Amino acid sequence: MRVYLAVFALLALDFWTHAVSTERPVDILVPHSSLNAVKVFLKKNNIPFTVMINNVQELLVREREEMVHNAEMERKSKSFNFAAYHDLETIYSFMDTLVASHSNLISKVNIGRTYENRTMYVLKFSTGGVKKPAIWIDAGIHAREWISHATAVWLADRIATDFMGNRAPVPSILSHMDIFLMIVANPDGYVFTHLSPNPHYRLWRKSRSATSNPKCPGVDLNRNWDAEFGGPGASDDPCAEDYRGPSAQSEIEVKNIVDFIMNHGNFKSFITIHSYMQLLMYPYGYSGTDAPDQPELHDVATSASKALNSWHGTVYKVGSIFHTIKPASGASVDWAYLRGIKYSFAFELRDTGRYGFLLPADQIVSTARETWFALRYIMKYVCDHPY
Amino acid sequence: MKTFCSVWLLLSLVELSPAPPASQEPPLACTGAPDPAPPQPETAEDMASTGDLEPTHYPARRAAQVALHYLNTHHGSPFRVFGLQQVHKASAEDVAAGGRKYKLDFSVTDWGSGSAGPALRCSADVLFPRTERHSAPKVELHCEALQQINSTAQEDDAFYQKYISPDSTVSARDIPDSFGNMSEEMQPFWRLARVAASFIMLRESSENTEFNMAKVASITQQESSEEQLMLEFVVLLHDFPSQEIVQWKLLASWSPDRGVRVLQTEWQPRCPHATKPPN
Repeated sequence: MRVYLAVFALLALDFWTHAVSTERPVDILVPHSSLNAVKVFLKKNNIPFTVMINNVQELLVREREEMVHNAEMERKSKSFNFAAYHDLETIYSFMDTLVASHSNLISKVNIGRTYENRTMYVLKFSTGGVKKPAIWIDAGIHAREWISHATAVWLADRIATDFMGNRAPVPSILSHMDIFLMIVANPDGYVFTHLSPNPHYRLWRKSRSATSNPKCPGVDLNRNWDAEFGGPGASDDPCAEDYRGPSAQSEIEVKNIVDFIMNHGNFKSFITIHSYMQLLMYPYGYSGTDAPDQPELHDVATSASKALNSWHGTVYKVGSIFHTIKPASGASVDWAYLRGIKYSFAFELRDTGRYGFLLPADQIVSTARETWFALRYIMKYVCDHPY
Repeated sequence: MKTFCSVWLLLSLVELSPAPPASQEPPLACTGAPDPAPPQPETAEDMASTGDLEPTHYPARRAAQVALHYLNTHHGSPFRVFGLQQVHKASAEDVAAGGRKYKLDFSVTDWGSGSAGPALRCSADVLFPRTERHSAPKVELHCEALQQINSTAQEDDAFYQKYISPDSTVSARDIPDSFGNMSEEMQPFWRLARVAASFIMLRESSENTEFNMAKVASITQQESSEEQLMLEFVVLLHDFPSQEIVQWKLLASWSPDRGVRVLQTEWQPRCPHATKPPN
C-alpha cells in the first residue's frame, strides 16, 4: 500500500478519506489531467473502483451559483420596502422572492386567470402533508383598498420569518394546518388603480369585466358570491359600485377562489381583508339574524380586536356585517360560513375616514403589525379548536 | 363638457390602451351612471328599532357622523377638523311631525392635533325628517370643553396673512395623492376643504348614508373678496353604505373672524349627459 500512496502522491491525487486498512474503501479526488493514468494504474493492479462523482467541478459551480442566488434573494427580501405601496408586478416579484427564500415552507399556487387574463396566485404555507386543515386569507378584493394588499405583503413575510425564527405560535399552527394567503384577489382592478392618480382610476373598487352596460364595466367581487345572491345591499345596476353581477360567481375571479376552496375541501377558516372603518366582523351580511355560532364568533373577534388594540391602541369595533356596516348579500364571508367554514371573518383596516382609501404609506407597517396580532389570535384559536 | 364627451367616445374604442396622462381630465371619468343611485333604505330591522341603540351598529354611527359634520361646519378651520372617536350611548324614536330623532352621547378628537389630542365628549340630537323630497337633518349639539381646547388662533392668523395677499394664487390637484401623501403646505387647505365639504355632507345626509371626504380633486384660489380667502374646491365624497364616490364643486370663503362659509355648491356628474342631482 505504501508504494501505491507514493505513486498517488505523484499524480496529485487528493484523498478524501484516508487509507486505514485494506478492507475499507478509500475516496480519491482525481484531477482531470491524471484521470487516465489513475484508471490504468488501478486496472493494472486489480484495485476495484467506482466513479462516485463524475465531475466535481460542475457540482462546485452549481453550488456556488445557488449560494449567490440565495444571497441575492436574501438581500432582495431584506431590502423590500414594506413601508410603501407597490404595483402588481412588484408584488408578484416579491412573492417569487419570498418563495425562493423559503422554498421549504412556501409555494405559489396558480388558481386561474382574471377577466383580463392575469394570473391569480395564492401563497401556500405548508410543512407538508396532504390537504391538512387550512386557513384562507385574502386581500385586495376591492381594488382601491391599497392598505389591504400592503398588509398582506407584510403578513406573508411575517409568517415566513416567524416560522424560520421558531416564534410561537406560528410553527405550532403550521404543524397542524396550512395557510393560504392571496395577496391580490382582484389583479385587474388593482392594476387599474395604478393607471393614474385621477380618482376614476385610483378609487376604482370593482373588477374590470364587461357588463351589460358598455359605459360601466366591473362587478363588486364581494357581492358576487353564492350567498343569498340577489338579496339586500347589492345593486343590479352595472353602474353601481356594489353591482353584484348578472349571477352568482359570474366573475371569474370569484369562481377561481370558489373552485379552489371547494376542491381542497378542508378549509377551517376564511378571512378577508378590506379597508376602511376599523372593524372586525363575522357573518351574516345578508341577514340580521344571528348566525348559529354568533356567540363564539363574537368572542373570538372581541379577543382578536383586543390583541390588535394592545399594539398601537387602535380601536376596532366588532359585530356582524349586517349590523355593523349594513346589509350586504353575496359576500364572501357569508359564502364561506354557509359552506361550513365556521371561523369566517372580515377585517376593515385603518382608518376611520380621515384618509380613508388613501392611507399614508407610513402607516402600512403599524397597520400590518396590529392586524397580525389579531390574525395570530384567530389562527391559534382555529388551530386549538378543530372541528 | 362636449369636448370631453366626444373624446370619451374616441377613447372607448381603445379601452385597453396604456395609462392616460395624469393631468388630463379623463373622459373615462364618465362611468355612465346617470346619477348616484339613490340610497336604498335598508331592511327594517335596525332602522325600526326604537329606544336604545347598539353604539357599535351603523344607525348610531351614521347619526353621530351627521353630528360631526355639524360640529365641523361650526368649529372647523384650517387647523381643526373633528373626527368621531366613538359612540357611547344612542337611542332613537319616531317623532310626531314625521321623522326620526336620535339622541347621542359620543366622543370626538381633533385630527389636527394628531393622536396626541384629547377626546371631547359631546351630546347631540339629530333629527332626520321623513319627507317626500330629501331635506337636511337638524342637529342640536353640545360638546363640553369646546372653548377650552387649545386655540389655533396663531396658526389661523399666520395662514390667513400668507394667503390673503392679492398675489396668492394657490392651485393644486389630488390632495392627498394616490399614496396618501400631502405636503405640509397643503394640510390647512385639505382641512378647509374637509370643513367646506361638511356643509354638503350635512345637507345630503340621511339615515341611509354615511359620508366621508375621500379626496380633494382640486383646489383653486379665487380672488379674495371682502377680506375673505376664496377657494374653489372639487371634492370627492365617499358614501359608505352604497360605496359610491360623489363629486362636488364648491366655492367657500374663510377668515379667522368669519370661519368657513360655503357660497356655492354644484354636484358634478361623473358623466357629461347626466342632469339629475342626488336626492
